[in-house]
Amino acid sequence: MTTPSAPTDHASTVSEEIKLSVRHLNFYYGDKQVLFDNTLDIAKNKVTAFIGPSGCGKSTHIRTYNRMFELYKGHRAEGEILMDDMNILDPKQIPALELRHRIGMIFQKPTPFPMSIFDNIAYGLKLHTRLGKREIEERVEQALRGAALWDEVKDKLHQPGTALSGGQQQRLCIARALANEPEVMLMDEPCSALDPIATAKIEELIDELKQRLTIVIVTHNMQQAARVSDYTAYFYLGKLIEFGDTKTIFTAPKKKETEDYITGRFG
Amino acid sequence: MTEHTIKSFEDELTALKEKVLAMGGLVEKAIRRAVRALAEHDLKRARKVIERDRAVNALEVEIDNMTRSLLALRQPAASDLRLVIATVKIVTDLERIGDLAEGIAECALQAAEHPLNHHVDSLQNLAEKAIVQLQDALDAFARNDVAKALDVIENDEKINRGFRSLQRENLTYMMEDPRQISAGLLASAIGKNIERVGDHAVNIAEMVIYIVKGHDVRHVDHETAAALVSGELDED
Repeated sequence: MTTPSAPTDHASTVSEEIKLSVRHLNFYYGDKQVLFDNTLDIAKNKVTAFIGPSGCGKSTHIRTYNRMFELYKGHRAEGEILMDDMNILDPKQIPALELRHRIGMIFQKPTPFPMSIFDNIAYGLKLHTRLGKREIEERVEQALRGAALWDEVKDKLHQPGTALSGGQQQRLCIARALANEPEVMLMDEPCSALDPIATAKIEELIDELKQRLTIVIVTHNMQQAARVSDYTAYFYLGKLIEFGDTKTIFTAPKKKETEDYITGRFG
Repeated sequence: MTEHTIKSFEDELTALKEKVLAMGGLVEKAIRRAVRALAEHDLKRARKVIERDRAVNALEVEIDNMTRSLLALRQPAASDLRLVIATVKIVTDLERIGDLAEGIAECALQAAEHPLNHHVDSLQNLAEKAIVQLQDALDAFARNDVAKALDVIENDEKINRGFRSLQRENLTYMMEDPRQISAGLLASAIGKNIERVGDHAVNIAEMVIYIVKGHDVRHVDHETAAALVSGELDED
């Protein structure tokens, strides 16, 4: 467990054990600054939701947690994100590959590889581990069970992953991430391409997953944030406007900006 | 406050608030008329008050329907949610005030047989205070006026004191002259009804604070409520 330095301007700490401690995070696309002094804690084994209008920086923020931005030239982050006393923004402290093992990510559009359901999960395991065939089979089953997909696909593991429905594809991607046994799972709009039933299944899964790992979810659907999260952060124009437990944010937020957004008085 | 992006939602919330205020106006009038019927021995007016309580009950049902639709169809959050939830409670208080007015009107009918000579002034006095409390509570609701709501909560003690003094006065009359007992009991029942109007006004004022500030100030004393509202005190 990390001992967070006292946050300065926001009351953005949590009383639970902290998984990630974000301190004074600034982010730049080239010369353009898009995140301004974001400071907050991500509680362990809890779901933290990021909400805010398009362009508010919530996706940019979440993508710093596994240094996705390193793929693009000119993108850079300043500040600290502490996980187990290690600043994960610093490549010298943790290489990107290891970081992305420990902090997995799920995207808006399901992105199964063009291969069988089985291989979608086994691919990474074969690449990064020296597990035998039997062990890999076990890990694949474990991951599919973890993603609540096993019962639906156990008889067709060798059919292409792309033949699954959208919701199943998304759970396949979650299974693929789970195979790495991550400590944190980042979800960027994981349900926005799914129908309400597939969405409900993912939300139920999120509830189960948080027993084992820490979840950070970006969502445009405020009801979803209200349903799945324990903590909610509201971002606007790259600034963290308000952070608090979800019940408070949705019943009695402290800032007028949050109030306006939550109640649909925005813009 | 900024308007909703969805105008029909804004309109529904406005309509809800207006309906609550209309219902408030109706029960306020009912109390006023019931007390007047009592003072003027006007049986016809008393019967009218009893009859008109049906309109109050109908409004209660109508407003409950509105809140139900808002919850199901709009999924209100934050201050909107607090307004809808508070409305459900305020409407119950208003309906009770309507019942209390009906109760006073029924007492006014009985008072035809047991004239309340000694008590009418004190009862009218007490009723005037309770009506002002109700008006202020409704005013605070209309304008989201937290300061006024706090005043209502604080002023309730005056009504309670008035009621206790009425009871003492009553007891003296009854002990002095047993023939006054029937009238005394009636006056006491009316006083109790009026005192209850004040309590419901306080409930409404507490809901106004909940709507505006998000603090639940029920079951805390006036000082604590004021400290919560000013932010000197945290809810936990």
